[in-house]
Amino acid sequence: MRAAAALVALILIVCAPARADDVPLVADLSSHLVAITTGFTGTDVLLFGATDGPGDIVVVVRGPQKDIDVRRKERFGPIWVNATSVSLKDVPSYYRVASTRPLAEFAPDELQERYQLGLQNLRFNIPSTNLPPEETGAFRTALVRLKTENGLYNEEVGSVNMMSSRLFRTELHFPSNVPTGTYLVEVYLFRDNAVTSAEIVPFTVSKIGVGADVYDFAMNYGAIYGILSVMLAVAAGYAASAAFRRT
Amino acid sequence: MQIYLPIAEMSVNIFLILAMGGGVGLLSGLFGVGGGFLMTPLLIFIGVPPAVAVGTQANQIVASSVSGVLAHMRRGNVDFVMGGVLTAGGFVGSGLGVWVFNILKRLGHIDVTIGIGYVVFLGIVGGFMMYESLPIVIGKPLPKAFAISERGPGRHMWMHGLPFKMRFRRSKLYISALLPLTVGFLVGVLVATMGVGGGFLMVPAMIYLLGMPTQIVIGTSLFQIIFVTATTTLLQAAVNQSVDVVLALLLLIVGVVGAQVGARLAGRFKGEQLRVGLALLVLVVALRLALDLVIPPRDLFSLGGE
Repeated sequence: MRAAAALVALILIVCAPARADDVPLVADLSSHLVAITTGFTGTDVLLFGATDGPGDIVVVVRGPQKDIDVRRKERFGPIWVNATSVSLKDVPSYYRVASTRPLAEFAPDELQERYQLGLQNLRFNIPSTNLPPEETGAFRTALVRLKTENGLYNEEVGSVNMMSSRLFRTELHFPSNVPTGTYLVEVYLFRDNAVTSAEIVPFTVSKIGVGADVYDFAMNYGAIYGILSVMLAVAAGYAASAAFRRT
Repeated sequence: MQIYLPIAEMSVNIFLILAMGGGVGLLSGLFGVGGGFLMTPLLIFIGVPPAVAVGTQANQIVASSVSGVLAHMRRGNVDFVMGGVLTAGGFVGSGLGVWVFNILKRLGHIDVTIGIGYVVFLGIVGGFMMYESLPIVIGKPLPKAFAISERGPGRHMWMHGLPFKMRFRRSKLYISALLPLTVGFLVGVLVATMGVGGGFLMVPAMIYLLGMPTQIVIGTSLFQIIFVTATTTLLQAAVNQSVDVVLALLLLIVGVVGAQVGARLAGRFKGEQLRVGLALLVLVVALRLALDLVIPPRDLFSLGGE
């Protein structure tokens, strides 16, 4: 419900009437496609924009939502076993927040919560479990921590650079394990402890080239892919044997 | 130099993968094992998702086994009749194994079952081989009371009373076909539940249960492994889409070369020396996996179902 309210608020802000020559905030990306090719080792995308005056900028990047199981090991006799598991729904597969200053200095807690700014304000849909709330909280914290260790969640205070109180820019980093799908970059302009303007820039992370063809073939024609893999292996084994026989 | 793996969805250092493939391939040719029990934990350790690690290494083992078997064939070290009977038992066994695997998965205990399975079987097999082979290698016989067995007539009397006797010329055996069928079946069950080629179980079973000569065992085991791993690759690709052909190619290009070198080296060692070597390797892996089960994990939490 609160998420829906936040969305409505966001749409209202984004669609707020403004004269073309008097837009308080514009932003765009250096590229709207992150292409995962065979040599992909992660990439940086430049987000840049301009404001109509001083203010603070917050940039939030969200990857496609997924359901994730968080498991906890417990001691069972002499060995450690995955005992308790909590599944969290609608978890962003990628989340990054960047800002000009620490959020607490210009964004009230209530707004941080409403727009889910910062890792501690991320809201996940946790289906009812028979665990006490503080227990599910531990699973939530573990998810954020593990995602951060994987390089998929990140909080960067001060990484948005402002120039002449008008132009701003920040580098968004995507590691090699970045999930594919449609991403949304939300840009907020804060003034006097309130959101003055906001903009959403979508972009795509997608596999391109030979790797993408292999992936599509494996997903769509699994059995043929398997037969070809086995034939390839037999041929390679035979070729190596023949090569060694001659020497 | 980094390369992106399309199915594993991650980028890896190409030289690390080549070194792993070559090293495991060498051991595979030397000891007549597929190397899955080494490669799967290694791949998972560098961050490859477990399902992709299992599916891909099965494919890679097909290549190194084909290459290894051809090298052993040229020296006449493959008993095709025995290999065929073992494979027939193996197909039935792996079918049952897949069924058991799914039940355990539903109950949510597959990971720990695989871990315990590895430790128990690798521990028993490695310990037994070490116990029997070490005295021969260091030149001191075991005290008579502790000697486990001697190959030859007079051993396993009840086995010789079984029907359906077959002559296995290459192995110099005249035994009931039920014996290799049962061995193939039991190993097949374990292969499917533990996701490996099964050479580390098949080799000692052939030596100690069937009484085959060690030199023949290695080639015949590789012959049998080809069929088991080819079936596994097909099933994994068709059902789980978890065979990464780019990773498999990298592993098998160096793996087949390693297997060739290993097969040549194997000719220079005595059977007992190879057995002690394999026993050591198996025990080290078992110990490592046992520690993983017992040592309190660095992180109690893990993510799944992504």
